[in-house]
Amino acid sequence: MADTGTPATGTPDTAPHTGPGTGALEAGFDATVAADRRIEPRDWMPEGYRRTLIRQIAQHAHSEIIGMQPEGNWILRAPSLRRKAILLAKVQDEAGHGMYLYAAAETLGVDREDLTERLIDSRQKYSSIFNYPALSYADIGVIGWLVDGAAICNQVPLCRCSYGPYARAMIRICKEESFHQRQGYELLLAMVKGTDAQRTMVQESVDRWWWPSLMMFGPPDGDSPNTRQSMAWGIKRHTNDELRQRFVDMSVPQAAALGVTLPDADLRWNAERGAHDYGEPDWAEFKAVVSGSGPANAQRVAHRRRAHENGAWVREAAQAWADKQAARAARKDAA
Amino acid sequence: MSPHAEEEDATNAYQSLSETTGHDDPRWAFGSGFEDVQAEIEAPVPDGVDAADLAEYCLMLGDDALVCSHRISEWVSNAPELEEEVALANTALDLLGQARVLLSRAGHVEGAGRDEDALAYLRSDAEFRNVGLAETGDDLDFGVAVARLLVFSTWRLALLSRLVGSRDPVVAAVAAKGVKELTYHRDWAARWTLRLGDGTDESHRRMQAGLEEVWPHVEELFRTSEVEHRLVTAGVATDPAETRGEVDAVLDQVFAAATLTRPDRPGRGTLGGRGGRQGSHTEALGLVLDRMQSLARAHPGASW
Amino acid sequence: MNEPTPRRTWPLYEVFVRGKRGLNHVHVGSLHAADDEMALHNARDVYTRRNEGVSIWVVRADLITASSPDEKDPFFAPSADKVYRHPTFYAIPDEVPHL
Repeated sequence: MADTGTPATGTPDTAPHTGPGTGALEAGFDATVAADRRIEPRDWMPEGYRRTLIRQIAQHAHSEIIGMQPEGNWILRAPSLRRKAILLAKVQDEAGHGMYLYAAAETLGVDREDLTERLIDSRQKYSSIFNYPALSYADIGVIGWLVDGAAICNQVPLCRCSYGPYARAMIRICKEESFHQRQGYELLLAMVKGTDAQRTMVQESVDRWWWPSLMMFGPPDGDSPNTRQSMAWGIKRHTNDELRQRFVDMSVPQAAALGVTLPDADLRWNAERGAHDYGEPDWAEFKAVVSGSGPANAQRVAHRRRAHENGAWVREAAQAWADKQAARAARKDAA
Repeated sequence: MSPHAEEEDATNAYQSLSETTGHDDPRWAFGSGFEDVQAEIEAPVPDGVDAADLAEYCLMLGDDALVCSHRISEWVSNAPELEEEVALANTALDLLGQARVLLSRAGHVEGAGRDEDALAYLRSDAEFRNVGLAETGDDLDFGVAVARLLVFSTWRLALLSRLVGSRDPVVAAVAAKGVKELTYHRDWAARWTLRLGDGTDESHRRMQAGLEEVWPHVEELFRTSEVEHRLVTAGVATDPAETRGEVDAVLDQVFAAATLTRPDRPGRGTLGGRGGRQGSHTEALGLVLDRMQSLARAHPGASW
Repeated sequence: MNEPTPRRTWPLYEVFVRGKRGLNHVHVGSLHAADDEMALHNARDVYTRRNEGVSIWVVRADLITASSPDEKDPFFAPSADKVYRHPTFYAIPDEVPHL
């Protein structure tokens, strides 16, 4: 598999992935996961585990980087200087999160440049949510509240993921995400206390983002073939539907406190279950967005490609300069 | 696992996260340090200083930072590498922080009830007091962006390091903090100038082209306005003309190491003797403000 | 060491930060940079958000010799930060749950 070429970390996985003697290695791996201890880069791991992690971490990293675009779209127009500073800091965090995650993926023997190329060639995916456009400033608040809220639901369990580098990256990321969610909610609170136009803007934004946010947890459990294996490996801790339910239950009182309506006629408290019943997301739309025909897929990937290609001469120059410096230092040493 | 147990796990994770959250660094303008600055913003105008002059001076320094921050922010999600996304955003945030304090001070000293946002969002381009260099666009050409920041940060660092002793407490506070920030910006820009200037043939060409593009705006940086003249006497401002030697020396050193040539291009002329400090700008500023102000202006009376 | 063709990616560096006096440097993560100076600069941006007074080590990942397969990496060190990065900065009414 091309993913497992030369590890870029200097801590190569020297253990064989397959072949004779893997039985004991596999037993050791299973015991570590079963004991809720962490797998580290130099440990033996099943090839499927490695491949699953690379795919998941890369998608997660791509999501952070692509996710900069809908919000970055509003930095220059932020309606107050305080909001501008907050948004700039938030989008900057997302770049940082992308870096942490790419670094975690690199411990598995892939290279960030390769992952970036897979992204801009549409060979790897990112969260479907970022294929929706950010059309008003209320979207900045709603992205923080709902999208980052959903991300937190997904990500907090990952702080206990069986793969050490991923779990550690997630701890740092979750810490910052909770700031993101709160700043979003606080913006919405300010807006609903403002003018009628602002309240309308908030409701309109919630109407657009609610269903895509629910889709962030992935397809229903019956339609999510990888979930069981990921849970057995300790990569995933809860099913898609469990997390989605938690998100709905969390969001309903928050929406009430804002005075906005969640656009779901079937949403109601079910005392028997001790949870909210809610309507079915439009899974046909989800599939369309995931497979590339969402409202903003082409734009997002083209933007990332343009940035990467426009930066090529800069990256090359820095490398050329570093090589020249190294050669000069070597000549000096020799003299 | 019961749903209840899962809930506890999530809560515990949050707890452990909050425990690892450090305390605020008072060195950030709008970190916890802002509370101190907030008190200073309302400090009385120093004796013998004309309030209108002081307000105008704070606008000059504040608008330079605000408009330059806007230009750097255009790079968000467009940087040549992820590490540089973070570096550029840090620089934009630093300058935005300086702008906020300075505009707040200008509004307070002016005494007409305008806050930082009224000044940023409700003035026309002719009311802005920034130099032309700050508003120069780069069309996402990294060579131009680096050239602009190299010149801007070298000049602003020279200014701020002289303003640490200003008799106005807010100007002095912004300067004290800004010196550290600008030192960092200048270092970043100088290192990139070296890499691009002495990197590949293409990067050399593009870095030199970037310098040529921003160079017509250099002369204005050392032009002393009437307001600055008066405030130098009053112990509040520094004379930008006096920074020329330091700025030239730094730039020449960088150019030499980067195998670049100091551009030889005429400076952008004034209009009836007026330049950026008097509200006479390039066409670019109007476009910057159209974008910056559009949402705020579309919702008068809104609170964000 | 000399490579005939230019590398496509800047090399990977590992970053170690001394959070405050009296503590050891702790591994906090990694980044890409073309040279040591850039790595140091970027480490400061990314991992300490320029919290002055801390000491940073950067080392090219391919220069590290590693020993034990049973390694235990420390958690990320805490970083002091802008106030609006902190959840507590935002005034959220107490009655709003789960934020």
